[in-house]
Amino acid sequence: MTPTHYLVLSALLFGIGAVGVLVRRNAIVVFMCVELMLNAVNLSLVTFSRMHGNLDGVIMAFFVMVVAAAEVVVGLAIIMSIFRSRRSSSVDDANLLKF
Amino acid sequence: MSTLSAAAVAAAGGGAGGEQIAFWILAPIALAGAIGMVMSKGAVHSALWLVLTMLSLGCFYIIQEAEFLGFVQIIVYTGAIMMLFLFVLMLTGRDAGDSVIEVLRGQRVWALVIGIGLVGLVVTGLLRALGATSSVGLGEVLAARGAIGSIAAVLFTDYLFPFELTSALLITAAVGAMVLAHVERAPGEKRSQRQRVAERMRSDRMSPLPGPGVFATSSSNATPALLPDGSIAPGSVSRLVEIEESERVARRYAAGEALAELEGVDHPSRGPGNQADDATQTPDYDTYEVTDVPTTKGAAR
Repeated sequence: MTPTHYLVLSALLFGIGAVGVLVRRNAIVVFMCVELMLNAVNLSLVTFSRMHGNLDGVIMAFFVMVVAAAEVVVGLAIIMSIFRSRRSSSVDDANLLKF
Repeated sequence: MSTLSAAAVAAAGGGAGGEQIAFWILAPIALAGAIGMVMSKGAVHSALWLVLTMLSLGCFYIIQEAEFLGFVQIIVYTGAIMMLFLFVLMLTGRDAGDSVIEVLRGQRVWALVIGIGLVGLVVTGLLRALGATSSVGLGEVLAARGAIGSIAAVLFTDYLFPFELTSALLITAAVGAMVLAHVERAPGEKRSQRQRVAERMRSDRMSPLPGPGVFATSSSNATPALLPDGSIAPGSVSRLVEIEESERVARRYAAGEALAELEGVDHPSRGPGNQADDATQTPDYDTYEVTDVPTTKGAAR
């Protein structure tokens, strides 16, 4: 099992997540696609870490997880407040950036 | 059974065999979860597909000797973050899928083309750069202090400052979420007319919503108002009505078919069979009695 297998899988997941971000309209689903992209990058970080026999990649993936958790909390709160003022969670409706 | 025992033997033997089997089982599952997330119509289904992908990614981490990260992935991501997603989905209400109005023409096709192009570039680059490179493995690094001890050693020495920064980040995130999700109004407090007028003026639509059933062909409240181009006027049907029902009514109207049998949509007690009678027969209120209803219906049939 070479690292290339994992990296190709990670690239595929990243691509699917990117397409999802571009295609989907529901802000929460767009957010989930961003999470998928972060996860794909984490997989490649872990793979690189094992490939080089060095723990830095694992630590980096750990930090990505922490940042992703913070991002999800703030992002979902923003989606909630947009939903409260517009009654919609579609990214097409939030086009004026006004509260 | 034989494949299972073969897998067990390979796993017991350790090394590449078990890893290969796990990879070729988990990789399609992860990809299926990702594709299912992008393709599925409902947001809740998307979330559940994503859970599948994240679980298999957690297994990948464990396979790749990063057990701690694998369990963190399963506990934090699939346990906490995805539950937060589902929580917000339930708070914002289960929307009936994405809006079908394409703001940019051909956007989906181009997104797909760009996605395939990106993946193609990255994959060919990876294959050319790495080829069949084998990995060194983490065994040597982990041997000194054990799986968790060595991660802790790196985290609390080389990465101490970023680690402290994450604490600031998490506190900021928590405070930010509280500020953003905070409601000024106490629950149960009524808004004044002035507030409601101001809210309405600030919203996209100052005029009243178009009434349902504007084309006066059906008494179903799933009947949408149609715009001049034949599409459904947004907001003309109650949010509680599934959008598919309105689309069905509009399609039937466009095809020139009778709408009478769709009128029972929001009155489950009324079967689809007896709508034609009710629609054509205006009840005569002088002689209309409850006991008459079954007999007249029976005669009509």
